Amino acid sequence: MKQKTGVIGTESVVLNSSVVDDSITIEVLDEEVLRKKERKKIAFGQVSFGALFIILWEVLTRIGILDSYYWSSPTTILQTGWVALTQGTLLIDLGYTSVATIIGFILGTFIGAGLGLSFWWSPFYSKIMEPYLVAFNSVPKLALAPVLVILLGIGFTSKVTLAFLMVVIVTALAAYSGVKAIDPDMEKLLYSLGAKKRQVFVKVVIPSSMPWIISSLKINIALALAGAIVGEFIASKYGVGRMILYAGQIMDTNLVWVGVVALSLLSIVMYLVTIYVEKFLSKGMNVNR
Amino acid sequence: MEGRYKLEILNNTKIFKKNGQEFIALENTSLQIPEGRFVSIIGPSGCGKSTLFNIIAGLIKPTKGQVLLDGKNIIGENGHVGYMLQKDLLLPWRTILENVVLGLEVKGGKKEENIAKALPLIHKYGLKGFENHFPNELSGGMRQRAALLRTVLYDAEIILLDEPFGALDAQTRLMMQNWLLNIWTDLKKTILFVTHDIDEAIYLSDDIYVLSPRPGRLKTKITVDLPRPRNEGTMLSREYIELKQKLLDLLKDENDQDHAI
Repeated sequence: MKQKTGVIGTESVVLNSSVVDDSITIEVLDEEVLRKKERKKIAFGQVSFGALFIILWEVLTRIGILDSYYWSSPTTILQTGWVALTQGTLLIDLGYTSVATIIGFILGTFIGAGLGLSFWWSPFYSKIMEPYLVAFNSVPKLALAPVLVILLGIGFTSKVTLAFLMVVIVTALAAYSGVKAIDPDMEKLLYSLGAKKRQVFVKVVIPSSMPWIISSLKINIALALAGAIVGEFIASKYGVGRMILYAGQIMDTNLVWVGVVALSLLSIVMYLVTIYVEKFLSKGMNVNR
Repeated sequence: MEGRYKLEILNNTKIFKKNGQEFIALENTSLQIPEGRFVSIIGPSGCGKSTLFNIIAGLIKPTKGQVLLDGKNIIGENGHVGYMLQKDLLLPWRTILENVVLGLEVKGGKKEENIAKALPLIHKYGLKGFENHFPNELSGGMRQRAALLRTVLYDAEIILLDEPFGALDAQTRLMMQNWLLNIWTDLKKTILFVTHDIDEAIYLSDDIYVLSPRPGRLKTKITVDLPRPRNEGTMLSREYIELKQKLLDLLKDENDQDHAI
């Protein structure tokens, strides 16, 4: 994305060329300065809204309008969180969930992209596979969680697999859309240069489909996280999902809230990292063509 | 006689089948092109120009006929000629330099060597300073130059240009025509040039082949004897005007026949 440079200073605009004396000078405001001010205002608004929300939550639970047994309160969550972090297993759980998510996300993205791109090789094969891909995409993968845990055990593998399944088909469909949008003349150009099919694949098909794959990353990281957590809900020794389930069973709502907040933060961090990766890739590939 | 012509297209016929119906895209067409000539092919749409180019480029095979390059059969073989379509087809994720070396890259040359070959051309032919720009940052004329340089750098002895300036405005077009003549004079390639534009054909060519449509076939060949180097003044000479009149009449016949059907 390119930033527009602001117009600085003044510009005189002659409205009526026959009567020069009537020319009007219009002051053009500095767009850059305006945008900075605007951005500051927005940032201030965003922070205040968050702060207001937390303060309101705290106050309402303190004065008893909200029952603190169910709703906990920001300060209690902080205290419980600190204890869980320093004396409990929160750090290990966070690590477990993150790693399961990231491995599932990466595997799902690469294998899904490979699957979608492979459809370019043979229209016959792609036409046979497409309905199955769409059908499998509409299967609620999370509903498979109990089977997967029975099949793969309560360990790490079942969490990664669930995260992977959440991602792989979505990515395959995205990559396939990219393949379908390739300009056939570009392929023709490469063939006219004497390119082999493999060269066309590497030099045209993959880069041409990249914007589609890249745009699926943001959705995929959230999907992978959901997969990992549900896997932990079903049966697990570690993970934030297991911690929440356990806290719920012993009616420790404060700890449930700690888990929810921890997951939210994890999800935000992963989202930001994904955006960064996306920007990096987009720039290298000149995606905003 | 072998070796007399750089490129010979002998009695090419191409028939496509669509829904069981046969459709003749090109009928018994022959072109014989000596080395280093600038040859234009002119004709209304449907005259089989693209089919002919696709055959020469080896992208499709003729139903009947031969295509000889230096006397050797090249039917169905791609990579012998440089081919440029009307769209510039620069790959948007590659910089201008990366686009220009694409043909060499496909051939398998070393990256540094390819770049060393490309840079002088880029500098000499008006793209200096744009090597690392992406295509979307360039104007239509500049993009067309890059696409042409890609074709030229591919180092084929024959270059096929399918209406390369069709999408440009009149002024840019004239500039690009002169630019192309420069390159042609410098590098001595054999050029086949498809166009709709009579002026463009006369201004650039040594020979003009006129094709007629439905089915596409060769109607006549006109030799342009205007002296070179040519410039804007050429277009005002008597010979030029006479040639233009002749071509206009030829193409007018074509249209009249067309309407009669």
